[in-house]
Amino acid sequence: MATLGELAKLIRSKNAGPFNLTFDVMFDEEETYRRVVASNVLTKEVFCRLYNLAEENVLLVHHDAARAIKISIPRPVFSCDLEDSDCYGGQQFGPLVNLEVPDP
Amino acid sequence: MEARVLSPCGVIGSGFPESSFERGLSMKPHVIACDGGSTDNGPAFLGAGKPNFSRSATKRDLKLMLQGRKSLDVPMIVGSCGTGGGDAGLEWMRDICLEIAREEGLSFNLALVRGEQDKAYLKKKYKEGRIRALDPAPPLDEDIIENSAHVVGMMGDEPIARALDQGADVVLTGRASDTSVFACHPVRMGADRGLSWHAAKILECGAACAVHRARPDGCFAWIRDDHFVVEPLNPQMYCTPQSVASHTLYENTDPFYITEPAGVLDTSRSTYSAESERAVRVAGSEFHTAERYSIKLEGAELVGYQSVIIGGVRDPMILKQLDSWLDGIREGFETRVQEIFPDRESPPAYQLTIRVFGRDAVMGTLEPEADRIPHEVGVLFEVTAEDQVSANTMAATLAHFALHYPIPEWGGLISTLAFPFTPAELEKGPVYRFNLNHVVYPDDPYEMFPTEAMEVAN
Repeated sequence: MATLGELAKLIRSKNAGPFNLTFDVMFDEEETYRRVVASNVLTKEVFCRLYNLAEENVLLVHHDAARAIKISIPRPVFSCDLEDSDCYGGQQFGPLVNLEVPDP
Repeated sequence: MEARVLSPCGVIGSGFPESSFERGLSMKPHVIACDGGSTDNGPAFLGAGKPNFSRSATKRDLKLMLQGRKSLDVPMIVGSCGTGGGDAGLEWMRDICLEIAREEGLSFNLALVRGEQDKAYLKKKYKEGRIRALDPAPPLDEDIIENSAHVVGMMGDEPIARALDQGADVVLTGRASDTSVFACHPVRMGADRGLSWHAAKILECGAACAVHRARPDGCFAWIRDDHFVVEPLNPQMYCTPQSVASHTLYENTDPFYITEPAGVLDTSRSTYSAESERAVRVAGSEFHTAERYSIKLEGAELVGYQSVIIGGVRDPMILKQLDSWLDGIREGFETRVQEIFPDRESPPAYQLTIRVFGRDAVMGTLEPEADRIPHEVGVLFEVTAEDQVSANTMAATLAHFALHYPIPEWGGLISTLAFPFTPAELEKGPVYRFNLNHVVYPDDPYEMFPTEAMEVAN
């Protein structure tokens, strides 16, 4: 068993403009990327459960050339609005890091 | 066909090594281009018309670019001047440019392409139903347009190309799509649009497409008939097919389809292969022309003025009832505010935002672990009012009110908050918000972006 954080080259979140947030989970090795995708550890359903979101607003893409799983959502609060506390959206990926990926 | 583009760095003012830039010049670019702005830093820059980078850092980069341009006699473009890309930012960059020209004895034809939008024009478009909300978008009506501090349109490549057609050597623009600035000249030279826009998407962040970007640096592209090649300028940096492919992920909602004013860049069939140990070849990118030409709007409006308080809580008794304690402060303070403005009929309107660091301040409603009781938390109180004096007045009272706000478990006067300094309240100044995520359908790509040409002779 390994965590997503141990297997990924980079897990990050960032604004995609002031109104959307995007999450990138990127891998160095093709094999690791395939293993994580096949494990279904990070699917729309899992993401929505973790972040308490409805699935219809979530875009999840597998980008094979970048060996990346990418997820985009509308921001619950727009960037820099009074209630927003992460103007760049850079610290929203935390709950993904400790997801457990079963051994192949 | 080969169009060569030099991108000195991801944003002017962030700096680049002279040696990298020299290397870029030695590869004989047809154009030197650089981005100057973003919404990423928040609405305050557009709202207040202030640039993110300092004048001196910007001047250093611009001077090297102007001198490099002169040595090759090629056009130079700086987009989204002054961060927000409004008139204030464009004029700030123009003044720096003219100062450098004077000091260095440079002569050139300068064009300014404005991106700031006239409110009457926007209201007319709104009435005609020619402004459309993107998803998600804040609500829009004529008052919202009128109350904006500044609104800019994100120009396409066409107004910049026209300035070059009219003989400009140096083009400074207001808000432009980051990619327009780089795609403009290759498209003008007849390069393939899909390849040009995809190359532009990579170039606009300078060396960010490299595997390890040790510091802000630049990037070079060769756009040819059926592919383009990108390479970082710094010989110590390198790109891989993965690092270039993953660059379309960055700050985009959808990595395969990227919307521009004239259409959509489609990278879903792009292929990436190693051209050398440092360079990557990309092919198969397409550009699909949209049925309607659209310009994205960005607007900022003043929300109010803020004063803030930072304090820490370590008392386990308070921590186990933190929300009810904070609700009590919020409610009690509402009453207390009535008393501190005796000269006014009613107290000034205010908004109190309370964040609990150590619990859910970072993620808010997205936080899955918000119900855990931490051993200590940082509390940030933000008072937002319509003027600074009211915000300061209320924050000073709030700091004292919260410091001694009781809980039932303790008898006697308590001090509930660890303030790292006093006075506990900090004046934060004006606060802005983004008030537009909309597109407008203009009659043509030019009408929103007037150009002003001037001859700089020294």
